[in-house]
Order: sequence, then C-alpha cells, then structure tokens
Amino acid sequence: MKTDTTHEKLSIVCFSGDYDKLLAAFTMATGAAATNRQVTMFFTFWGLNALKRIHGRRALGRTPMARLFNWLMGGLRNLPLSRLNFAGLSPRLMERMMRRNNVATLQELIQAARELGVRLVACEMAMHILELERGDLVEGVEDIVGVATFLNESRDAHIIFI
Amino acid sequence: MKHFLDITRETCPMTFVKVKLTLSRMEKGEELEVILNEGEPLQNVPRSCEEQGYTVISVEPCGEGRHRVWIRK
Repeated sequence: MKTDTTHEKLSIVCFSGDYDKLLAAFTMATGAAATNRQVTMFFTFWGLNALKRIHGRRALGRTPMARLFNWLMGGLRNLPLSRLNFAGLSPRLMERMMRRNNVATLQELIQAARELGVRLVACEMAMHILELERGDLVEGVEDIVGVATFLNESRDAHIIFI
Repeated sequence: MKHFLDITRETCPMTFVKVKLTLSRMEKGEELEVILNEGEPLQNVPRSCEEQGYTVISVEPCGEGRHRVWIRK
C-alpha cells in the first residue's frame, strides 16, 4: 500500500533527560524525517540537557540554585538510564553494546536529526527557570519558543510526549 | 554519476537515514545502488524512496538474503 507522507507532521515533546528515552525520541524523529515527514522536537525541563553545548557538567546560570541544578544535571555525557543506571555506568555499557550491534548511539542520532532537518526547539519557560541562554545550547537549536508557538506549529501533527 | 551504499550492517532508523542523506547530496538524474537486507529495509526503503518522488528502477536479490536496489533521483 502506498501512502503519501509528504504532509505528515510529527512533533515530539522531549521532557525526559534519560538516555534511553531520548534515544527513543531521536529514533522516532530520524525515522520519521528520513521517510519524508516534517519533524519538530520540543525540549523542555530535563530534556534540555541533551541540547547543552557543553556535554559534561557545568554550573550554568546566574543564581546559586540554578548553577547547582545545572551542574547536577550535566549534559549529554551525564544522561542516566531510566532504569538500572548504576551511578552512570550503564549508559556507557549500553553504548558499547549498541556499537557492537551496529545500532546508532544517541550522539549519532542527534547528528543525523540535524542533517535531516529535524526542527529542534527549546522551551522558553524551562530555559528561564534553569537560567539557560541560547549560547548554552548547541547551534542546531533553531528557536526558543513557548507552548503556544509549539502547538500552533504542531497543528495537524501527531504529538508524542517522551 | 553512480553512487553506492551498503546498509546491510545498519539497523533502523539508520537504514532510512543513510539512504535519505545520500540521495539528498546527489544531483537530479544521478543513480544510487543500495545493497540491503530482506525484511524491514527491503519492504520500506524502496517504498519510502518512491514516496519522496525518486524512481526505483529495479529491485533484485543478490544472495544471502540481500537485495540490490537501483534508485534514480
């Protein structure tokens, strides 16, 4: 059966900062973009950790509380597994297993998403709470938007919350 | 100019991703030869290419469960 996917849209709310959940989000996003769908990923709260320019821990923000939170959460290299994290050891083991089985790692999927033109946007409110600025995020982030903009852009889209 | 891509060692979604990115870098009229496995890639890569307006010239088995797909941009 042939289906026209040209005008299909997928929007993913990336709330979680867990490695495995972000892996699922980017797998869906790249798979959809590669099969000709328009994809938007909206990163909020813990999900923003995947977009930080610095992959390790950094005390970003102005106030002591924001700086503490940002340091504790860290960046792409500090994302925990949602289960069996074992103090951060499991994500490294999981990546090794993925490479051995030729499954794309999270970093590779993020790169692919950017190359495929997946629209990456950050939540204005979460950025404000965590005192993050645009310069704290990777270059591929197209915009910082509120929920109204995201919902307007996602009209007629399938919305997934991860 | 002809392009070649072997995605038999790739898994979902990189099978689609690599084909899509390779095609996006090609000029109109150029051809891409893709070697892929039966199952999900065989069922969906040619279909996905057609949906994007590319021409699937041929799909033929080339042994050990692999198939050769010719696509024209």
